[in-house]
Amino acid sequence: MISDLIYLLTGTFIFLGVATGIGQAIAWRFDPNDTNPTVQNLNARINAWWMMVIVLGAAFLIGQGAVIFLFAFLSFSALREFMTLTTKNRVDHWSLLLAFFVALPGQYYLIWINWYGLYSIFIPVYVFLLLPIFTVLKGEEKDFLIRISETQYALMICVFCASHVPALLTLDIPGFEGRNILMIAWLVIVVQISDVLQYVWGKLLGKHKIAPRISPSKTWEGFIGGVLSATLIGTALFWITPFSPIYAFLMALACTLMGFFGGLVMSAIKRDRGIKDWGHLISGHGGFIDRLDSVVFAAPIFFHLTRYAWAA
Amino acid sequence: MSLTKRLNGLSPARDTLAGLPNAEFSRQGSDMTDQSPLYRRLAARAFGWGIQMAAHIVTAVRADWHGCEPIDNQRVYFANHTSNADLPMIWAVLPPQIRRKVRPVAAADYWLKNPLRAFIGKDVLNAVLIDRRPEARAEGENPMQDILDALSEGASLIIFPEGLRNMTEEKLMPLKAGIYNMGAAMPDLELVPVWIENLNKIMPKGEVVPVPLICTVTFGAPMYVGEGEDKDTFLARATQALLETDPDYRRPSRSLPREGATA
Repeated sequence: MISDLIYLLTGTFIFLGVATGIGQAIAWRFDPNDTNPTVQNLNARINAWWMMVIVLGAAFLIGQGAVIFLFAFLSFSALREFMTLTTKNRVDHWSLLLAFFVALPGQYYLIWINWYGLYSIFIPVYVFLLLPIFTVLKGEEKDFLIRISETQYALMICVFCASHVPALLTLDIPGFEGRNILMIAWLVIVVQISDVLQYVWGKLLGKHKIAPRISPSKTWEGFIGGVLSATLIGTALFWITPFSPIYAFLMALACTLMGFFGGLVMSAIKRDRGIKDWGHLISGHGGFIDRLDSVVFAAPIFFHLTRYAWAA
Repeated sequence: MSLTKRLNGLSPARDTLAGLPNAEFSRQGSDMTDQSPLYRRLAARAFGWGIQMAAHIVTAVRADWHGCEPIDNQRVYFANHTSNADLPMIWAVLPPQIRRKVRPVAAADYWLKNPLRAFIGKDVLNAVLIDRRPEARAEGENPMQDILDALSEGASLIIFPEGLRNMTEEKLMPLKAGIYNMGAAMPDLELVPVWIENLNKIMPKGEVVPVPLICTVTFGAPMYVGEGEDKDTFLARATQALLETDPDYRRPSRSLPREGATA
């Protein structure tokens, strides 16, 4: 598995090297005075990609524990961004603390000990029922449904769904033992390259907007071009998955479609709250959720399709 | 005074000095830590760094320089006040060369209460400590004088013009006159409104454990006390400027989710 991982990382570095070269060439040719925000943003994004690939690659090489810890940290950062925007009351303080410091570590601990029966219902059942009980005991009814719903949705997206990426490590697939980290790499590559290619196709050919009110940058040209080309890349990478090329194609299609619509859903939330980005910590991209939204929507579907059809 | 003149009014000597590696010299003279022993100064440095890191780790605090640039002009930053963590937040987002010269105006009765607070207040934050209790002040002592002295030494200040932490449902409580007195005494002084978002939710009064939410510190456009402008007119203007610095003010108004749902 390690050799496959090295191939993947090398390939990704070459890809990023080419992207950096193109980005710098565009800046040199069209924006010599560093004044064009689109060019600036493009290069900031490429630079942030180096960082993200290095961190993720390092976690993959270290192994299972590092991957789980990394995604727990990503969940924390995403939850912090999401909870910043939810409706809260002063009395919700301890409910929010429970969400951050009990629900989140609890979910990742359950994945660490590989307790499928509990981690797949912990947040949708136990937290869903117990957290509102805790909240109601504080005796404040104003905006109650909004408060508990938004908190639960934040936990579902940022913790439950995100945790299905490292949960792939727990799947027991005959003939694929010890190689589960490659499935995570495949999922992340396919979904993220789809985002990148949607951006590229959209910038090159984009004319017809899909949902102008929700996301003015998403076009039919970008969507179709991005999803198809990313799906083909996912198919070409079938050798790191347990899937045959035809199934790799279908899985990649499911993941890129989920990723696209995930981005759309999260955009609608941003639009409603009057913000452009979820955060500011990933230079050029915005916040953690801006980068994770598509992965988060694709991960549980990918996890369950794989588990249903391939796991022992 | 014209705007160009105001912009040119920033002292070139100070700016040049701030860019040099030995910018430390620029704080000598106005800084009370100068008299304290080396270990105390080092401890203050380390503690200041710790406060800043904690602010970044817990709240991922960020600055939005909306109405002005983070440059080293002499300024009074005036901010809304909902939590004891307000000051560390502003402090954490100021660039180091500004932070070294900025002095918060704070309550002596709070910051001198025990040795730890006194260390943080005096050594770490280099605060201008003002006693809020008239009975504790000497006869004829004017608390405003310490502030004006600090200003005439060239320090920038951070003040919370509401006077107390705002525990009400209102966005702001009435502003006290101090900010007006400073601006009236020094017409070129940049008075910069600062809005600190979310802190009352991160750590409501009486709670000890902070909820990790993102705190945004927004800096508005500098304002000045106009020639002959009276106190109430100015304070109304300052209140409005502060409210408009709140990013919520610029966001499209939220739709009402509960339309038709009223019982």
